[in-house]
Amino acid sequence: MTRYSRQERFIPIGEQGQAKLATKHVLIVGAGALGAPTADLLARAGIGKISIIDRDFVDLSNLQRQTLYTERDVVKRLPKASAAKQRLLAVNADVQVAAYDQEATVHFLEQLLTTETIDLIFDGTDNFDTRFIINDIAHKHQVPWIYGACVGASSLSLFIEPNQTPCLHCIMGGLPTSGPTCDTVGILASASQITAAMQVAEALKYLTDNKEAMRGTVFSLDVWQNTFSSMDVASLKKDDCPTCGTSPSYPFLQQDATTRFASLCGRDTVQIRPTYTTRDLTTLANKLTDASITHHNEFLLTFKVTGYTLTAFRDGRVFVHGTADVTEAKKIYYQYFA
Amino acid sequence: MQLTVNGHTVDVPIHVTTIGLLLDHLQLNKELAIVELNRVILQKDERDEATIQPDDYIEIVQFVGGG
Ligand SMILES: [Zn+2]
Repeated sequence: MTRYSRQERFIPIGEQGQAKLATKHVLIVGAGALGAPTADLLARAGIGKISIIDRDFVDLSNLQRQTLYTERDVVKRLPKASAAKQRLLAVNADVQVAAYDQEATVHFLEQLLTTETIDLIFDGTDNFDTRFIINDIAHKHQVPWIYGACVGASSLSLFIEPNQTPCLHCIMGGLPTSGPTCDTVGILASASQITAAMQVAEALKYLTDNKEAMRGTVFSLDVWQNTFSSMDVASLKKDDCPTCGTSPSYPFLQQDATTRFASLCGRDTVQIRPTYTTRDLTTLANKLTDASITHHNEFLLTFKVTGYTLTAFRDGRVFVHGTADVTEAKKIYYQYFA
Repeated sequence: MQLTVNGHTVDVPIHVTTIGLLLDHLQLNKELAIVELNRVILQKDERDEATIQPDDYIEIVQFVGGG
């Protein structure tokens, strides 16, 4: 029996579909509740290459649902993308994995999509801001993407293809200004897993040229209220859409500079992204004479100061833990990174 | 007035005569809602003014932002 025999016996995929999968490259933005199981499913399915990006490290509260990670990753405080890579290669050494322990900024995504051929982008993010950036960049580079989201017991997913389907901008009418952007109501792993599974199912159809089997609807469900719905939104496509219309302006690709200081939802943490993009962690460790270092690995350095904990990443970013207030975090940040 | 909302029979007060008022009544976030009225999807700029009648069949999808 070969590794993929069960998937190849599934007639719509077959050996031909399997061979196609091995040539495909996907980008997964976010390696959390959606990105982690998505990457796991795709690696096991025999995708050619996975590029995965995440700005955070593995935290104990992630293990309830982020199925790639273990307690060992928490103890070692590994960044999610790098921890994901280790696990994915252990699952399937034939898959190529590129891990990016950084933020999915417009600049980063532009560079990646310009230099590499990406067949499909997976949304594994936890906020609308990044999804509207993905929506713009996907249309600019003519790459399909799969929206996936979950909160509480509910799930929603949707395949978006340039020139074929309405885009997120058409469907939602713009970036929501209100509503629960922070994950304060909790999340069931059943809801995140089913979302990732729905995203991957559509991806397999697309990547193996089984487009006639694609659902083409906004699919949402609630595993607690036992409801589901599959809505055809094709008629919401707009010719004057600033993202997918006839003369697009990609409004969400213009705003990179505004996110230098960001409060991370539900984490009691503020992220600071300086203009420089490398940091020598050993030099930093040697300078920290009045702070107690709790973690130091090749990716990051965490140290405690009065009332706060700071994590400095190799790519220059700093997390100030212990506050969600940007002004307060800035004050602490400038004490150590003037 | 009786409506069918997402497959369930729902009784709404008499003043709920439009989709906008229905979304308010159900305490749903209008920015995140996509609505089908009698199996026809409503464009966002016309959605809230669309009038509803007894026995209308309404499907509401709420976009979710977490992950
Ligand atoms: Zn559009």
